[in-house]
Amino acid sequence: MSENILKELTLKIWRQKDAKSKGRFETYKIHNISTDTSFLEMLDILNEQLVVESKETIAFDHDCREGICGMCSLFINGRAHGPDDEVTTCQLHMRRFKDGETITIEPWRSGAFPVVKDLIVDRKAFEKILQAGGYVSVNTGGVPDANSIPIANDKAEEAMDAAACIGCGACAATCKNSSAMLFVAAKVSQLALLPQGKIEAARRAKAMVAKMDELGFGNCTNTGACESECPKQISISHIARLNREFLKAKLQD
Amino acid sequence: MSNFLTSSIGKKVIMSISGLFLIAFLIVHLSLNLLLIFDNSGELFNIGAHFMATNPIIKVVEPVLALGFVVHIILATILTIQNMKARPVGYARSEQSNNASWASRNMFILGGLILIFLVIHLYNFWLNIKLPELGTPLEITTVDGVEMENAYLMVSSLFKNSVFFCMLYVLAAIFLGLHLSHGFWSCFQSVGFSNKIWRKRLEWVGYLFAIVIGVGFAIIPLYFLAGFAG
Ligand code: HEM
Ligand code: SF4
Ligand code: FES
Repeated sequence: MSENILKELTLKIWRQKDAKSKGRFETYKIHNISTDTSFLEMLDILNEQLVVESKETIAFDHDCREGICGMCSLFINGRAHGPDDEVTTCQLHMRRFKDGETITIEPWRSGAFPVVKDLIVDRKAFEKILQAGGYVSVNTGGVPDANSIPIANDKAEEAMDAAACIGCGACAATCKNSSAMLFVAAKVSQLALLPQGKIEAARRAKAMVAKMDELGFGNCTNTGACESECPKQISISHIARLNREFLKAKLQD
Repeated sequence: MSNFLTSSIGKKVIMSISGLFLIAFLIVHLSLNLLLIFDNSGELFNIGAHFMATNPIIKVVEPVLALGFVVHIILATILTIQNMKARPVGYARSEQSNNASWASRNMFILGGLILIFLVIHLYNFWLNIKLPELGTPLEITTVDGVEMENAYLMVSSLFKNSVFFCMLYVLAAIFLGLHLSHGFWSCFQSVGFSNKIWRKRLEWVGYLFAIVIGVGFAIIPLYFLAGFAG
């Protein structure tokens, strides 16, 4: 792909001093951006420009910048992680934008993900859900020998698919109901499918769903928006499994 | 089963069961109504309506049906309010059409429109049958020596004489079809009956069912409006 230059872009970016302040959109112009630049690099360039102008830089989350940690977020032009499917914001490139375009950049919007500053939101809610049951509570020794615990191939594959979730929050951010079901389903599925996690499956499903509700995430209405924005292609079939696991657990009570 | 009903999934399960129940009702309702356009003398429909009005099983099911509607509507309202509250600050720009069907994003609006229609619909027909003091009592007709109310006359004269009501009923059928284009597969997903393979099947059966229900109900007023019944 040949390099091209975007001569001018208009950026409408959400600025908010801290959790308590009222935020607002600020408009910035940025010039001569290569289409090979990543979206976050483009924001870096904008921040350097702001430093030169002695203005406060824009705060945004990022870490690995290679699509594996789940730190980057951003609602770009009305879509979680921007216009591409199946990628995180750090993997998004400026070739997806046109010269002269106005790009709207907002933080994740969800009552359970309060804004900390500018584009950074607090995603501790996901950690709290994990702490409620997203683990196996036995102290294991070393790594077991290969094949000592037989697991059917399709189970292993599905568990691996669910384990791909990086906890980015795009599912809840994009869902019209702010539902965290895809995230919770991925975690419940991953463990319920494997023999080590199966033992606690009932307790886990109940505890994680209760925590998710308590934190103020909405109710899933099966629109499927989460799955189409998930950078790791977690399927809502996992939500069906979570519903099953939860029902089974409640019927056992 | 403690706090099942207050949990998000618990509410969805009840929503799903009430939805399935309403689906079952629609199948019976449409089958019976189609008799309206298969026999212009009206005898078949009158026999069907008389059977439904006198059958003891139907007498028991009727209040359960009403309860099904009430549960469905109350839970839909609770879920929708909670879901709106879950995002106190909205997005300035949101391109939802990219990732979820229009019907799935507007279930409450579609349901609300269906509810408005339902009130008018009950006023049009149900009131005259159940509370004739308040409406227009039905004429009595005799089919095969059995005296019964002429429900056919009531329905056919409404549709023959009012383009407005015909259009209203067609519109309601479309809303119902749209509601079901998402609702059908959704109620299986909500009780956990879905996986990668079944999801495709349920979605297709759902679309087919939505079309059958939408077209099936819409065709009836159009048949009378077009003058096919004479
Ligand atoms: C004959 C009439 C109706 C039928 C057959 C019907 C059927 C269904 C079905 C099958 C679902 C899917 C349930 C699920 O996702 O688990 C559903 C969802 C829904 N219905 Fe209805 N419905 C009807 C009337 C109404 C009315 C009158 C309203 C309300 C005001 C309504 C509001 C809703 C809402 C908001 C949902 C989405 C809730 C959710 O997905 O969680 N419906 N309906
Ligand atoms: S399910 Fe997908 S969108 Fe949701 S947190 Fe996990 S990786 Fe992100
Ligand atoms: S910064 Fe790690 S996934 Fe984007």
